[in-house]
Amino acid sequence: MRVCIVGCGAVGSLFAANLAQLDDVEVWAYDASREHVDAINANGLRLSGAGDVLGRLSATTDATALPACDFGIVATKAMHTGPAIEATAHAFAAGCVATVQNGLGNEEALAAHVERVIRGTTFPAGKLVEPGHVQWDVKGDTTIGPYGDTPFTEVERLADACTRAGMPTQAVRDARGPQWRKVIFNASTNPIGALTGLTHGRVCERPDLRALVSALVDEGKTVAAAQSILLDADPEQLIDHAAKPEVAYNHKASMLQDVEARRTTEIDFLNGGIVRFGREHGVPTPLNEAIWALVKGVEASWGQ
Amino acid sequence: MTRICVAGAGTIGSLLAAHLARVAEVSVLTRREEHARALNDQGIRVSGRADFTARVSASADPSELDADLVILACKGSDLDALARRLAGHFAGATVMTVQNGLGAEDVVGARGAWPLLSAVTFMSGTRHGDTRVEYILDTATWIGPYRDTTPADAHAVADLIASSGLKAEAFDDLRPAQWSKLIFNATVNAVAALTGLPHDRNFAEGQLGALVHALVDEGKAAASAAGVELWEDPWEMNVLATQRGHAHRPSMLEDVAAHRPTEIELITGALVREAEKHGVSVPLHTALYRLVKAKEASYS
Repeated sequence: MRVCIVGCGAVGSLFAANLAQLDDVEVWAYDASREHVDAINANGLRLSGAGDVLGRLSATTDATALPACDFGIVATKAMHTGPAIEATAHAFAAGCVATVQNGLGNEEALAAHVERVIRGTTFPAGKLVEPGHVQWDVKGDTTIGPYGDTPFTEVERLADACTRAGMPTQAVRDARGPQWRKVIFNASTNPIGALTGLTHGRVCERPDLRALVSALVDEGKTVAAAQSILLDADPEQLIDHAAKPEVAYNHKASMLQDVEARRTTEIDFLNGGIVRFGREHGVPTPLNEAIWALVKGVEASWGQ
Repeated sequence: MTRICVAGAGTIGSLLAAHLARVAEVSVLTRREEHARALNDQGIRVSGRADFTARVSASADPSELDADLVILACKGSDLDALARRLAGHFAGATVMTVQNGLGAEDVVGARGAWPLLSAVTFMSGTRHGDTRVEYILDTATWIGPYRDTTPADAHAVADLIASSGLKAEAFDDLRPAQWSKLIFNATVNAVAALTGLPHDRNFAEGQLGALVHALVDEGKAAASAAGVELWEDPWEMNVLATQRGHAHRPSMLEDVAAHRPTEIELITGALVREAEKHGVSVPLHTALYRLVKAKEASYS
């Protein structure tokens, strides 16, 4: 079976290098970074930290060079989904494309270009240390499920390969629960860190701010419930768990890191996604709307 | 001749002291002694919309100064500390606050029995050092009676300020004007502080404009529940201000950029507490209040 990772950043690299360990899987990677692609082709893709892995795979910045693939795993930032799948769709004409990205709306963006889409949510994390080398910070599970008419047997096939490769992946009939749980978690905490400059733990230890986080969570839960989505865990518990000193008290949300580096954030796909789905289902989400507008304002201020 | 003491020589205090020195005997109470020395030596140089140098006497010690009218021109976050320094001094003087927001009069009133006038000011400028101030926006200062003062007292002070070359207007009841400005500041200053945007067209259109509009609506509901009929529509004030061509950087934006305490308590905090008191829910202002407080906490 042939798999192409679309967007071989930190998370994409975790899938790429691990899948490359399997004898029955041929791995390709499509990425925009010329240095990263050259390093992977020359020396392989190296993971260190939570696991030490060297994966041999074919990487390219040229989408037309991709062969026909059985599966795609899209791991770009959410705002790059459209252009990335538009460029690579030809390779998946007879295959399935899974998203393991953050946020809401990625499946819809993929489905505009490919026929069979798999919804996914992943928790492992890392960061790119240098071209060809990713630090694997956290191991974690991945959950995938069919989007639209994608056959469940295909979802199971991909889950089996990932699991055998050391990326534990579960195939479920409805993967919206884990997705919304993670989206609600991220939408209720990341922008609060980004707007205030506080780490996750410091956000949670201010009772009035923690109450604002809860109010955002409640709006997200209401939108999920309106779509009959059953969350697989309570975001509130995950938020409190992450605030513990030994877990992620000192963690700066990725959105805070984005704001500090003046990079476009994923706010459109987090709070923006909750607002859009809320509108579709007649659920008002005034606080998520306010937070969305404020972070867009932060982004607009960089052009001043 | 009326004796006026301006306490706090930031931008607003410097503009008031320099202009009033042309029609009254003006002293300036400073926090730092070197600031008082510089003012005594050099006076206050005004540029921008006016161009003159005013002689003032200054001191960092309130016991060295006396006045018929004391104008407290410090930032809201410094007001209580300043009022405590005044306690026991200026017997017989009327004290006037010009801070943004609500509740400045009560902060001062708790520290002494002076008769009180309340005021809000829309003028703006930029301070260029201890003795130089640039006069930028020549918008008015509004004055009304508060405690043991009459509309006639407010008119007398407004006339004096107007005769000094600044714009001023007296109101029999300042609350309608004060609330209009409160809602305007609570909305615009907090959004600017959180986004880093100056008060530009983003505040009047699109996604952020919709948030600003919703914040103004919450403020109007609170005003209405408090029995205040607004003097001006804060949304129209907002739209007009974004059309001036020069995008103003609200002081709260400057404060967070410099990691200084902001005036959030007297502005958004006051609005949230007033709304609560009158049973009105203001979830968006409450959120902004918490976010700006948390941003202040992030400095350390």
